[in-house]
Amino acid sequence: MALQLLFGSDGWGPLLLKGAGITIALALASAPFGFGAGLLLALMRLSGSPALRRICGGFTTLFRGIPDLLSLFLVYFGLQAALNWIGGIVAPGQPVTMDAFVAGALSLAVVVAAYSSEVWIAALHAVPPSQFDAAAALGLSKRQAFALVTLPQLGRVALPGLGNIWTILLKDTSLISTLAVSDLLRAASEASRSTLRPLLFYSAAAGIYLLFSIASGGVQAMLERRANRGYA
Amino acid sequence: MPPWLSWVDLSLLQTQGWRLWAGLQVTVQVVTMSCAIGFVLSYPVALMRLSRHPLPRAISLAYVTFFRGTPLLCQLYLVYYGAGEIRPWLTSVGLWWFFRDAFCCCIFTFALNTGAYQGEIIRGALISVPRGQIEAARALGLSRYRVARHVVWPQALLVALRPLGNELISIVKASALAAIVTLLDLMGQTRFIFARTFDFSIYLYAAAIYFAMTAAIARLWTMAERRLTRHLSRAAAVTPLDMSVPRAAPLSSGLSTALHTR
Repeated sequence: MALQLLFGSDGWGPLLLKGAGITIALALASAPFGFGAGLLLALMRLSGSPALRRICGGFTTLFRGIPDLLSLFLVYFGLQAALNWIGGIVAPGQPVTMDAFVAGALSLAVVVAAYSSEVWIAALHAVPPSQFDAAAALGLSKRQAFALVTLPQLGRVALPGLGNIWTILLKDTSLISTLAVSDLLRAASEASRSTLRPLLFYSAAAGIYLLFSIASGGVQAMLERRANRGYA
Repeated sequence: MPPWLSWVDLSLLQTQGWRLWAGLQVTVQVVTMSCAIGFVLSYPVALMRLSRHPLPRAISLAYVTFFRGTPLLCQLYLVYYGAGEIRPWLTSVGLWWFFRDAFCCCIFTFALNTGAYQGEIIRGALISVPRGQIEAARALGLSRYRVARHVVWPQALLVALRPLGNELISIVKASALAAIVTLLDLMGQTRFIFARTFDFSIYLYAAAIYFAMTAAIARLWTMAERRLTRHLSRAAAVTPLDMSVPRAAPLSSGLSTALHTR
């Protein structure tokens, strides 16, 4: 009976798998933006300009101090409102809509940026300052020193922290199901509402999430081994 | 209100403020109860993880892996909606009154979830106590209980203090999920007010309240930590507790990450 519902010809398995695909796609789409923006935030928080440091520090502290669900709401609805406002100026009368997937990925990216900037800062601190002196002595510009000396070393130190955040991101995608994206958890909700079998479908969803978590743990360990291969 | 503040529109707070206050109380109840139960769970979970016998070790590992490897929202749905499916059975064993209630379901789920995280924290802290100290205490003829009470716990709890504070903050933030299963906590009341007034600024007020809560906990915890570790103060000055170190080390993590990610 349960197997029939999941794997039968008119079962709910395909819907769940499609949702799982969207969950992974959400995480993969927001991770580069989130990690990239986090690095930018970290650099600005270490920059010479006090105003920039203050603003970026405040942004990070705020988004790390409120529930992820609330952050997602704020960014998601804030984005829509901003788009409507801009649309009202540029082309009045034409409603602007934003794809729910894109808005969801962007709001996840904001949360990830706030979390990951801490990891990047720790990694930036781990690069010995004497290396900047050495880079300067070799005649490298600041930009070159960052791109050729600092950046290649950051990944190795930041990897465990970023891995943690990736795991959090994977689980946080489930919050997007409360908005309008039909991810894995939403697919499970739909299936359990139609069949009145919530235990079965939420367990199946939990199993898939668990699989993702364990798989990313494995990939992470592999990447860390690879990044540390030159180190004792 | 002074004239220079006239641009602030407080009418929303005047009419709906009591709802936020009521929601805040529910949030505080959910957080304190689930964290307390989770703390009670954490010690047996950690001991089972460290047991010599494979069966308790496997049970504890499965528990921790499940609750740390799946989204909290999914766990909440599983309990809240899943309980409805086995209602006849729950009624027959006299537990339906508990699982019928969104408040109880939230505490049940959050407590099990934070129990897994706190269990890992305690496990890391227990391992951090050097083995030689336990052997020395045993050699001095202290009973197993005395070794735990006077040698292991005082040192382990100090190690666990900071990650436990982070975990408390994590639960404050995670408790907002209760709103999704109809509980009128701070987030739930906020959504309710928004549905009535369509005034988006209510979300900003909610954000301010959550932020004040997490910031206050971080402050208080740092103060407590400073006081409790004052005999160690020369060794390491306590840096303020961070507002939230994101939870969760990778699942495959061994001891090293359990200790060092915090």
